[in-house]
Amino acid sequence: MNAENTWNSQFRTVKDRAVTALAILATILVVAPLVAIFSYLVYKGASSINLDFFIKVPAPVGESGGGMANAIVGSVVVLLLGSLLGVPIGIAAGIFLAEYGRGTRLATAVRFTADVLNGVPSIVMGLAIYALIVVPQKHFSALAGGVALGIMMIPTVCRTTEEMLLMVPNSVREAALALGLPNWKSVLAITVKTASPGIITGCMLAFARVAGETAPLLFTALGNEFWSTSLNEPIAALPLQIYVYALSPYDDWHRLAWAGALVLIILIVLSVSLVRYVTSRGVLKGAS
Amino acid sequence: MSEASANATEIHAPRVHFETPQASAIGAAPAAAPEPSDVRKYLYSRGNSAIADRGFQWLMVICALSIFAIVALIAFELFQRSQLTWHAFGLSFFTKGFVDSDTGRLSYWDPINSHFSAIPFIYGTLVTSGLALLFAVPLAIGVAIFLTEMCPGFLRGPLAFLTELLAAIPSVIYGLWAVFVLVPLLRVYVNPLLIKSLGWTGLFNDDNPTGLGFFAAGIILAIMILPIISSLTREVMTAVPHSQREAVLALGATRWEMINMGVLRNARIGIVGAVILGLGRALGETMAVTMVIGNTAEIHGSLLANGATMASVIANEFTEAVGDMHTSALIEIGLALFAVTIVVNAIARILVWAVTRGTPVQNR
Repeated sequence: MNAENTWNSQFRTVKDRAVTALAILATILVVAPLVAIFSYLVYKGASSINLDFFIKVPAPVGESGGGMANAIVGSVVVLLLGSLLGVPIGIAAGIFLAEYGRGTRLATAVRFTADVLNGVPSIVMGLAIYALIVVPQKHFSALAGGVALGIMMIPTVCRTTEEMLLMVPNSVREAALALGLPNWKSVLAITVKTASPGIITGCMLAFARVAGETAPLLFTALGNEFWSTSLNEPIAALPLQIYVYALSPYDDWHRLAWAGALVLIILIVLSVSLVRYVTSRGVLKGAS
Repeated sequence: MSEASANATEIHAPRVHFETPQASAIGAAPAAAPEPSDVRKYLYSRGNSAIADRGFQWLMVICALSIFAIVALIAFELFQRSQLTWHAFGLSFFTKGFVDSDTGRLSYWDPINSHFSAIPFIYGTLVTSGLALLFAVPLAIGVAIFLTEMCPGFLRGPLAFLTELLAAIPSVIYGLWAVFVLVPLLRVYVNPLLIKSLGWTGLFNDDNPTGLGFFAAGIILAIMILPIISSLTREVMTAVPHSQREAVLALGATRWEMINMGVLRNARIGIVGAVILGLGRALGETMAVTMVIGNTAEIHGSLLANGATMASVIANEFTEAVGDMHTSALIEIGLALFAVTIVVNAIARILVWAVTRGTPVQNR
């Protein structure tokens, strides 16, 4: 075979270059909306964020001023409730998968179901909690919203806990047992404690994901224009409020929606970046 | 010896007596069991943790089983609350429309006259998800190829982080941006262009000048499912062993041929799984779609027309439902959505698991 470029090999080189160009184009097309969204958010939201935003409740329609204090506090309340429900159950399920059920068929079934539950649309969860809690109680409540969010957190927390616990080397467990610790204490005080940075990371991930969810709160917490922190009444939440304001015809409310969106995205980006930092720095390799 | 006695007093344990094996074998009477040593007596007196261990294990098992309970509970509640429509319409809820007695036109969703049919929402869901897949899959696979095979090392981390950041943005914020930026863009620049150039296909006609509709929803959905498909595709592509790549390169392939024959061919099943997972997310996506789709319970052939999806109609009409039949119909739509997303997600997970199974976690 002589060294000249045959037509075929030229064609192959052209194809290779074309695909490289297409791949780069695809990456640019993917990163572009992200940059567009973020920059527009900052541009529109930054001007509306002032102290009023964080301490005032919404003003009556047509009046300027007012803020989203009730929505921020309401989000905190509902998220706390959800974490109280979702984190312990999720961690316990993860402990089962990693410590007691490793290799069993039950564990495979639980893992599979957790992944499937992860994919269930959040509005369907909201519907189910509506049927389960709101209808018997005959009123919307922050409790129902918290339960809906908590159920959404369970699969994520469970899977990340399992992954982190599997990373703890067996020697640590064996050493604890060899020293006479009861099994349950070895699991809790040694294994879980070793993996705790990773487990906390997983909880933060679930928290960040659930913090932005609106659909499950639509028919459970309902939203509230006034200040309320009671568990038995409808409560405002930041994503809910953004949704309502965005679809309204008032410019003032649009401004508030942008500001709220900026606050929400900053919180979520901070948590995701923190998660990335912790996992990449190997802090969770607690055994070493 | 003195150290042993000093230790013995500190831990308050009885002094150790070692029994030599010969002594116990010769001197032990066959009928009576040997007297437990002091050490053993001490250890037995402390009890064991059998009860605590079993209790703790059962607690963990119950929490794990709660995941099954949650899925079962959701299915049960949805089924229970949609009984009204099941009895009234049966399966024709999903297959037949109604002829309006006054005008003779075909209508699907008429709460006033208690005509409920899920057809326009099934159509809307299929069209928006189809559009989203059409836009997202080539881009996601392109990004995955770039990040795994072509990207210079220093860029890989930041770009991967950016792609995952797309997944972290909440749905409402996508909707907010779509309503105020994307829809005006479509309305003013893109839609007229599409109508002029591709109007002959019948897919783009100019009945809807608002810029809302299936097309806008498809675009925003595509942006939302991109990171899922892309990160899973990256995962299955890195799971392909390097020996495959090296073998193809050794035969004289260009880089694209190496990717095509060595990596993509092996990762095919996983990529299909990733796409189906993206489809599952697109089917259930509510907020962003609700804000841009125009919310009209009708079927139109044009991609620029307003419509509604299963999730969007629930989000829009549930809190203001007119009567029990309306609520029941909406819950039945929710049940259908639940069933479909479970099946789609199960298929996707099986496919991805089949490809990445056995790969150590650290390699992904």
